[in-house]
Amino acid sequence: MTTLSPAHPVRRKPRRAYSSIPGETPGSAPWRALKSLILLACVLLVAIPFLAVLATSLAGAAQINETGGYVLWPDHPTFEAYRAILGGGLVSRAMLVSVGITVVGTALSLAASISLAYGLSRPGSWGHRPVLLLLVLSLLFVPGVIPSYLLVKELGLIDSYWSLILPTMINAFNVIVLRSFFTSLPAELIDAARIDGAGEWRILTRVVLPLSKASVAVIGLFYAVSYWNAFFNAMVYINDSAKWPMQLVLRTYVVNNAAISQGQTADPGAVLPPTVSLQAAILVLSILPIVVIYPFLQRHMGKGVMIGAVKG
Amino acid sequence: MTTLDHPVPRPDTAGPPEGGGRRRARKAKRGRRDKALFWFALPGTVVVLLFHYVPLLGNVIAFQDYQPFVGIMHSRWSGFDNFRILFDGDPAFLHALVNTLELTLIQVVFVFPAPILLALALNSLVSERIKRSIQNILYLPHFLSWVVVVAVFQQMLGNGGLLNVFLQAHQLGEWSIIGNPDLFKQVLTSQVIWKDTGWGTILFLAALSRVDTDLYEAAAVDGASRLRQTWHVTLPALRGLVVLLLILRLGDALSVGFEQIVLQQTGLDKSTTEVLDTYVYNNGLVAGQWGVSAAVGLVKGLVGVALVLGANKVAHLFGEEGVYRA
Repeated sequence: MTTLSPAHPVRRKPRRAYSSIPGETPGSAPWRALKSLILLACVLLVAIPFLAVLATSLAGAAQINETGGYVLWPDHPTFEAYRAILGGGLVSRAMLVSVGITVVGTALSLAASISLAYGLSRPGSWGHRPVLLLLVLSLLFVPGVIPSYLLVKELGLIDSYWSLILPTMINAFNVIVLRSFFTSLPAELIDAARIDGAGEWRILTRVVLPLSKASVAVIGLFYAVSYWNAFFNAMVYINDSAKWPMQLVLRTYVVNNAAISQGQTADPGAVLPPTVSLQAAILVLSILPIVVIYPFLQRHMGKGVMIGAVKG
Repeated sequence: MTTLDHPVPRPDTAGPPEGGGRRRARKAKRGRRDKALFWFALPGTVVVLLFHYVPLLGNVIAFQDYQPFVGIMHSRWSGFDNFRILFDGDPAFLHALVNTLELTLIQVVFVFPAPILLALALNSLVSERIKRSIQNILYLPHFLSWVVVVAVFQQMLGNGGLLNVFLQAHQLGEWSIIGNPDLFKQVLTSQVIWKDTGWGTILFLAALSRVDTDLYEAAAVDGASRLRQTWHVTLPALRGLVVLLLILRLGDALSVGFEQIVLQQTGLDKSTTEVLDTYVYNNGLVAGQWGVSAAVGLVKGLVGVALVLGANKVAHLFGEEGVYRA
């Protein structure tokens, strides 16, 4: 017990070995049971909706008609619903649009953010102070919905995919996180590269970026998630339903419950699967990319968020 | 070694300053040497200026009788007329204001403490593996869009949803939750909790992991019960973070669940569902009352900035770090 200062002599030996426990000393049995129950309930509250949506998207028409709606387990799994919405038509197109915007947008966002963060990463460099201030203040002063809309309209971007990319291309918070990572790299590395005759471009691509792979990956994933999830801008800036991304399709056919008619699916003559399973399938498709990249996300998540955020 | 611009030892690590003039000269030289970096920053700066600061200027239409076909340049100036409409007590605006404040209060009371409680429960788990798995499941909803969250809630709790299918199968009747104006605020609140409580634990868990375990041992040795350990060791460790997050929350006090509410407003009475953000959207973009809506947006933004600055000041008075020191 090296931790006890001599001024506080041991009055009573602790009964349990606490050293293996990361936090507080363990509570009594009822406490622990209650805690486990609460945590289990939390996990179920998150997990059950996903399972139910997935199960319903796979359930056959017979089972759905029998229960009258959602199911927790498909008796005879079928991909009918997916076949109906993915064989061409509205949902397929929206998937393509969303994937395209996410890929192009993420690439542009990363390029601009890395470049901006690197430009601001060396204390004392010419002009970095006002630009940094501009960036930080943009977090505090948020332009309203109306002026932003007017700008996009003036630029002629209504119904253009650029309206979904350009306004959200730079996330000031992401840039600040990247910058603080770049700044934390040892200055000696950069000096050494410069002695070897490297210019700034070479220093960035050969020294700084290879060392920042993890941070860049996290920021890239954050950008990708935000492009995929973007709903409001699409709702306001995209009027042409042929250009809708997934989130608008989801709103129209699942949240607002608009009828999914024959014309929006692949085969106009075919009998459509029940509406609930079509809706569930659209829902699954709009969650899918997030679930696919999630394992990559969570590996770096903690680190990426903590850098530059709160150094409690 | 002509390429080496600054001699070793570097100015900032060199011993006692030998006259400010020389140091400043060196610094200026270094600044000029790093001028190339400015070009790296330029494209991103242009984007921020164009899409962030230019719209800020666009707020001038709050002082205009803005006509979309005439444009900002040629619309008539109307002074504070747009603001007068608001403060004269337009009932639609008052409803939006009251609902916003009510939701803010609900969120501070119910939503804000949720991650702290969850973090405390998670932190006391012994098995690192179980803790990780629970975290990974509970973080997921944060990455879903509001459209997905609203859709999932409808599919689970709506009339044809899982809950009602279950209730009917067991002859328990129906329970109208979604689309029921009496439960609107409760539904909003539970959606926010469902989506972000897990994610909210990250910062608290990080703060908790830095608590010195010796403190718990010492407290236990002094005979502190588990509850007292939480009260005297764990919670004080979180205080700075809680204050910081509360201040940041205050800056958004007038922005409550914009996308979330816009998605669920259809068919419901505006007097119970409208908040300031949706008022600006519905009244401006949808109904074409540009000037008045821009005025509401402007006032809302200014109040937000004032709240953050003010709260930061108050935090300093109480000896906390706050967001920044100036």
